[in-house]
Amino acid sequence: MTQLKVPVTSLDHVLGDDDALVTVVEYGDYECPHCGAAQPVLGQILAQFGNQLRLVYRHFPLIEIHPVAGPAAEAAEFAGSRGKFWKMHQAIFANQQRLSVPLLIALAAQLDLSPIELRDALASGAFVAKVRGDFMGGVRSGVNGTPTFFVNGVRHDSPYGAADLSSEINRAILAAAA
Amino acid sequence: MSIILPKGTQAPAFTLRVTPDQSLSLDDFRGRRVVLAFYPADWSPVCGDQMSLYNHVLPEFRRLGAELLGVSVDGAWCHQAFARDRKLHFALLSDFEPKGAVAKSYGAYRSAEGVAERALFVIDEKGMITWSYCSPVALNPGADGILDALEALPPLERQDDAAQGSRNVA
Repeated sequence: MTQLKVPVTSLDHVLGDDDALVTVVEYGDYECPHCGAAQPVLGQILAQFGNQLRLVYRHFPLIEIHPVAGPAAEAAEFAGSRGKFWKMHQAIFANQQRLSVPLLIALAAQLDLSPIELRDALASGAFVAKVRGDFMGGVRSGVNGTPTFFVNGVRHDSPYGAADLSSEINRAILAAAA
Repeated sequence: MSIILPKGTQAPAFTLRVTPDQSLSLDDFRGRRVVLAFYPADWSPVCGDQMSLYNHVLPEFRRLGAELLGVSVDGAWCHQAFARDRKLHFALLSDFEPKGAVAKSYGAYRSAEGVAERALFVIDEKGMITWSYCSPVALNPGADGILDALEALPPLERQDDAAQGSRNVA
């Protein structure tokens, strides 16, 4: 069983109740098509489990093969530093097919964030260290591709990926209640 | 799964082709640490395939004083195309002729399929295997085991000749 090595803290982006029985941590890449495909599934799962579940997203961009994945992760962090991580996160995945740096800047404007501040943050690499920190934490936890999910700290190893996360979450809820 | 060479074994020497006109020998890295990653084949169809993942962890391997070498039975031309496509910054060695001979010498060859195992070896500066791991062939073993094994080694003594100017083998 491969275990999550980096605990969830207030530095993380968390969707859902802090007292939830189950925490799912996703390591993802905004240019990875499998991550894009997992997003609607995760939305359904969050709706299904309500306050029993919280979702944490961490960056695992494979920047050598996905040239916009790095700037996209930095743009999400930029939005996060201004309280809009999840809005940017969803906007990026919704536009995955046409991601580019100009598009990221346009998305910032749509979310009432300063496009100039985002441009400067990307140019200065203000969020590079945060993104690389997520990546290396993932490597140390045995993340071997994207998306990789951890359910209450245990890596979800399944050929179906997100599609059978809900049965794993059910098991975790039963285990937590026992 | 094969029985791969365990830690405490001297790493078998080899010389393999990297590109159609360049070769590398394990002896070239004497005095430095080597991560030898055998894998079944180029062109895995997933985003985070093993070699792509290691490409992104390369700065960490190098910070820990180790050079990474990938090995499969694919030919040098195939490696060249794969490395270019995935923008790999480390050498892929071609265990092509006689086929799989180096993988066999490490106990990391799957005769039924005619490919290498997903087998990892950390080799120290004296050419000794200090850690090895064989993953189920369908499962990308990730990089955490390699990093843990490299961190478990004593600090590398600085050798001015060897340490200077990282050899760019890619």
